[in-house]
Amino acid sequence: MDSTTPAAVAGAAPRWTPSRREQTWIGWLLDWKPFLIVMCLLPAVGLLTVFLTYPLGLGVYLAFTDTTIGRRGIWVGLENFEYLFGDPIFWNAVFFSVFYTGIATIGKFALGLWLALLLNHHMPLKSFIRAIILVPWIVPTVLSAIAFWWIYDPQFSIISYVFVDVLGWRTTNIDFISTAWPARWSLIAANIWRGIPFVAISLLAGLQTIPPSLYEAAMLDGSTGWQRFRYITVPMIMPILAIVMTFSIIFTFTDFQLVYAITRGGPVNSTHLLATLAFQRGIPAGQLGEGAAIAVSMIPFLVFATLFSYFALARRKWQQGEAND
Amino acid sequence: MANIITTRRGTLMLGASAAAAAALGASPGSAQIQRAAVTPPSWPIESGATLRMIRPVRFVQPDEEVFRANCARFTQQTGVQVRVDFVGWEDITQQTAVTANTGAGPDIIIGFNEAPHIYTDKLVELSDVAEYLGARYGGWLPMAKRYGTRHGTNTWIGVPFGASGGPLVWRKSAVNEVGFTTPPDDHAGFLDLCRKLKAANKPPGFALGNAVGDGNGFANWLVWSHNGFLVDPEGRVAINSPETIAALEYLKDLYATFIPGTIAWGDISNNRAYAAQELWLTSNGVSLYFALKNDPATAPIAEDTEHTLMPKGKAAASPMAGLTLNAMLFRHSRFPNAAKALIAFLMESEQYDPWLQANLGYWSQPLANYAESAVWKGDPKVAIFRDVMKSDYWIGYKGPISQASAAANAEYIMVQMCASVASGQATPQAAAREAERRAQRHFRAR
Repeated sequence: MDSTTPAAVAGAAPRWTPSRREQTWIGWLLDWKPFLIVMCLLPAVGLLTVFLTYPLGLGVYLAFTDTTIGRRGIWVGLENFEYLFGDPIFWNAVFFSVFYTGIATIGKFALGLWLALLLNHHMPLKSFIRAIILVPWIVPTVLSAIAFWWIYDPQFSIISYVFVDVLGWRTTNIDFISTAWPARWSLIAANIWRGIPFVAISLLAGLQTIPPSLYEAAMLDGSTGWQRFRYITVPMIMPILAIVMTFSIIFTFTDFQLVYAITRGGPVNSTHLLATLAFQRGIPAGQLGEGAAIAVSMIPFLVFATLFSYFALARRKWQQGEAND
Repeated sequence: MANIITTRRGTLMLGASAAAAAALGASPGSAQIQRAAVTPPSWPIESGATLRMIRPVRFVQPDEEVFRANCARFTQQTGVQVRVDFVGWEDITQQTAVTANTGAGPDIIIGFNEAPHIYTDKLVELSDVAEYLGARYGGWLPMAKRYGTRHGTNTWIGVPFGASGGPLVWRKSAVNEVGFTTPPDDHAGFLDLCRKLKAANKPPGFALGNAVGDGNGFANWLVWSHNGFLVDPEGRVAINSPETIAALEYLKDLYATFIPGTIAWGDISNNRAYAAQELWLTSNGVSLYFALKNDPATAPIAEDTEHTLMPKGKAAASPMAGLTLNAMLFRHSRFPNAAKALIAFLMESEQYDPWLQANLGYWSQPLANYAESAVWKGDPKVAIFRDVMKSDYWIGYKGPISQASAAANAEYIMVQMCASVASGQATPQAAAREAERRAQRHFRAR
């Protein structure tokens, strides 16, 4: 870096210097690296602080207070967590969040991978079909949730209509969301429907990066289709699978819109996820501290899920250029 | 959100009493409203006063038009600019909280139900406004007094503007078909009616899902009509009582007659099922009737629809707690006199009666003399809503109105207690204990 000081330049001013203009203080400042670094980082750091760190910090702080809407709380330590520990509704939400995430993720990945493998073949209208596949994912969640709300309606379900009035196979409407277990499965089905495209398209991208020569070599060695899938496809898409699964688990675990729009956590709190329960307690019921405590209690689950999918699925030494164990 | 700024300053002397100004010239539509010649308190309007108010959005278009016109007339007569913002129902609680906590924002908020009781220390006492209006218009109705005053005192912290209730809505043809002229007023008779309706394949149904209005309305009725209550007058949780158990035992029989799926019902579900002629008896606000009446396809259903109060059961009167509009004036307002004058002005018959009529019966008056309003003399099926605020019940009955009673309502404690029994998940005893446990959390001393 040029270390010419402004004073030295000013001294040389009368002489005609073609290549160098007089260095003003602002130019000097902008040439000073620490300042430049601070200036360039400031917007990003500022935005993250204001919109991420502060709300997160405030949320964690609120979890240790008894703040309600309209009333500044006082520090109560772990009181909120102690109450939640003995609250069957909270434990039910923990159970359902884990169950919902687990089953929906398995469903999404099984069907998504299957769909990706199908789409990876050559077929007529390939691009069109790939675009259509994305529809469930690009439709705003609230809209698809409302569609499912109608599909699952106790009185006006299209599925019940087909079975009762058109086919005559049943005499009563199907109970989708009026009792606990059917409601849970209905929500999981809606979540799987919505999540498949994301998984399928991401895995399709992964599948297309696998060099065809690997399959050719394996075929020359007389491999079966299953062997090619097991020993080529699966290891090759494992890194992207890990990333996609991490995202999918986070999105599913923190899901809110589907549950809130379809059941609002009902019947009798059996389908509350931690996110919907946190909202219910925090905003409509006004118990901000308790709502924040529920939201904070999601963090360990998310960290664990992230670490699990990251380390269990992605850490293969050969992928980093070393020998496998 | 919509807003309007009515600007007409300096047309009248600043400092003139708004209420006195209002007394000039009554419109013909309000001629039948009796009022006493009471001298309004003097509220010398502050120089350069402007007011901001927020209130919930309208049910019907004329509500907003008349409300704005009333505020514009206030501007005309006093020179005080009034800006009114109409806010979505789901947002008004949060906006009130922000206003109260930051000490900035609107001077007046017309909120719901308990709001003034939560922010009492941030509000200007409105006893002078309320006492004046009460003396002038035949007194405040019981529910209005309950929501307007601090628990157990005569200190007014809010001025209720009206309430909407949810009585029994039923199909005359169906009820007559099974041998009743109107739904009976006792529990056994009502159960008998519901059983016969079910047998006639014209089932009744009440929301037992997470429906803030309908679900709480039904659960409260069930418990109150058996003389049970959530908290006692001192605010101690009292839901786990023999009365509650009896109510839940009764519900087991009643629920068996319901159309399937009511445990998943939201606030809109019974409206849809009723309009589709799958549901023949339910409880709802007047909106259902108007929706049916205004659509030519469903007008015959409206023709066949009747409203009556929910059965009173063991209670002295039919238990019903409506949704109340409750106006409050914040201490941070720089123009409290102008604000008081505006509140009083809006409740004067020249303004209030046209507004009441514009609302077609969606809102019912808090002041006794407005029972004579023309709105209650039009459609006889709407007349029942005239007495909504005569009810001596409120959300959180029999305790003080507070954040805790509001939270218990928003948390569906009563509804879920009923739903868990109806669905067979819990015995009445276990459900009452669970409700008690949850309520104690909200009503704990802080």
